[in-house]
Amino acid sequence: MSPAARVRALKLTTFAAAGAPLVALTAAALGGGLGANPVETITHETGEWGLRLLLATLAVTPLRRLTGWQLLGRVRRMLGLWSFFYVGVHFATYAVLDAGLDLGFIVEDIVKRPYITVGFATLVMLVPLAVTSTDGAVRRLGGRRWRALHRLAYLAGVGGVVHFLWLVKADLLEPLVYLVVLTGLLAARIPAVSSALGRWRATPARRPDQGRARATLAPRGSEGV
Amino acid sequence: MLIKRPEDIRPSEITDEAVFRSRRTFLRTAAVAGVATAGLGLAATRGVRALATHPDVAAGEKIPNVVESAYKVDEALTPFESVTTYNNFYEFGTDKGDPVARSGKFEPRPWSVKVSGECEKPGEVDLDALLAPHQLEERIYRLRCVEAWSMVVPWVAVPLGPLLARFAPTSKAKYVAFKTVYRPDQMPGQRSGFIDWPYVEGLRIDEATHPLTVLAVGVYGQVLPNQNGAPLRLVVPWKYGFKSIKSIVSIEFTEKEPPTTWNIQGPSEYGFYANVNPEVDHPRWSQSRERRIGELFRRETLMFNGYADEVASLYAGMDLAKHY
Repeated sequence: MSPAARVRALKLTTFAAAGAPLVALTAAALGGGLGANPVETITHETGEWGLRLLLATLAVTPLRRLTGWQLLGRVRRMLGLWSFFYVGVHFATYAVLDAGLDLGFIVEDIVKRPYITVGFATLVMLVPLAVTSTDGAVRRLGGRRWRALHRLAYLAGVGGVVHFLWLVKADLLEPLVYLVVLTGLLAARIPAVSSALGRWRATPARRPDQGRARATLAPRGSEGV
Repeated sequence: MLIKRPEDIRPSEITDEAVFRSRRTFLRTAAVAGVATAGLGLAATRGVRALATHPDVAAGEKIPNVVESAYKVDEALTPFESVTTYNNFYEFGTDKGDPVARSGKFEPRPWSVKVSGECEKPGEVDLDALLAPHQLEERIYRLRCVEAWSMVVPWVAVPLGPLLARFAPTSKAKYVAFKTVYRPDQMPGQRSGFIDWPYVEGLRIDEATHPLTVLAVGVYGQVLPNQNGAPLRLVVPWKYGFKSIKSIVSIEFTEKEPPTTWNIQGPSEYGFYANVNPEVDHPRWSQSRERRIGELFRRETLMFNGYADEVASLYAGMDLAKHY
């Protein structure tokens, strides 16, 4: 497969995978399969998929470093935009069906309920990231400023996990799983850990098929966030 | 279960489960087929009655001799399907679908309830004997969950007050404490440790004996399914749903306010009283509105869940923001 074909295949697969929950939700909604409280199901599902895809976006760089599979970087934007899409539907469901588009009620919720404050802040953080996700925006901002801005994605990840942690009644297990993943992803950004990931891949024992494994070590600092 | 059964049924007399099931299947088939000749109809009725006295009486059996009650909400009933598939019953798991999916192994019969504490006639009473002197009524109540969703449920129930009176509570009986059965082998949620099982709840004695407070044994005219708190659960319609403790095995009269599970779990979020109150928010979310299951938009939550006329006097002079 040519490199271009591989990129196309990867993009197509990613698009299908990230879009599958939307298809499943829509199918369930049409078939009456969303259960007794469909609005709650939509809110929970879109919220969770928004968070999962946000964490997947953040996992691209560490995974690329770990596997040496540079192509992964080509689907990061798509993952991020899908995450934004689900978070957007999540908020719209809340605003329209829970709050009945009552602005006073929404503002009171955002001000008074910490988990909604954090959730809303997370959505707000994702907006500039989505807006500046085009190639043109990267050019206009310049790589350095663009990367600095897009580090917000980590803060959004923290926001998403905190939002989840603060809303559950008693069983913390599920949000804690997300917290562990997020912590791992944040740890992977520590320079020492990050270069260790690169070395792990480059160790000859791990790459028995590569006689001159050292040469495959990716140059450091060549990757974005 | 609703008709007193002899205490001395020998194991050999108990119908084998396979036979019992096939009989039920037959009854169902007969019903579906519309076989309604007088003779067969009578036989089928007898069959149901016999099953009702059987210790293995199963959820879904129609309960005979239920009378209408004046306590009925004139609002659309929440469909049976929703009432029996969307449940908070953490003993079976924390997802709303867990209780129906994971309660299949739970055995609600035979069942007995231990009544103890500040009363003159304590004792352990078989479920049938506990219910026998009382008339089963259909009570159509609003159910408001602390999570801001609600239903309208037709319960089959007996008033708690007269039932408690049989045990002759003393003047020291200021409160009534309830306990759910502890069976981690049959209740998978009890195998996780985030709640200190068994579940406990309590009411002030005047709340417990209020005419609105009932013990439910059925829903929609049928024997209570496991996921709804079989075989015996409390229903206190003006309080958040978690007060209505399920699968009760112990009722104790106490002088002091008894501990309650969600209050232990989060004292700043769940009080002892837990009266439905649109004015007093949960610290993390508004209680002013609720989603009635089956409706798209939220509706306003009513004071005491719409039962203010009946119960507001119980709390005269109390600061409800403090005693939430």
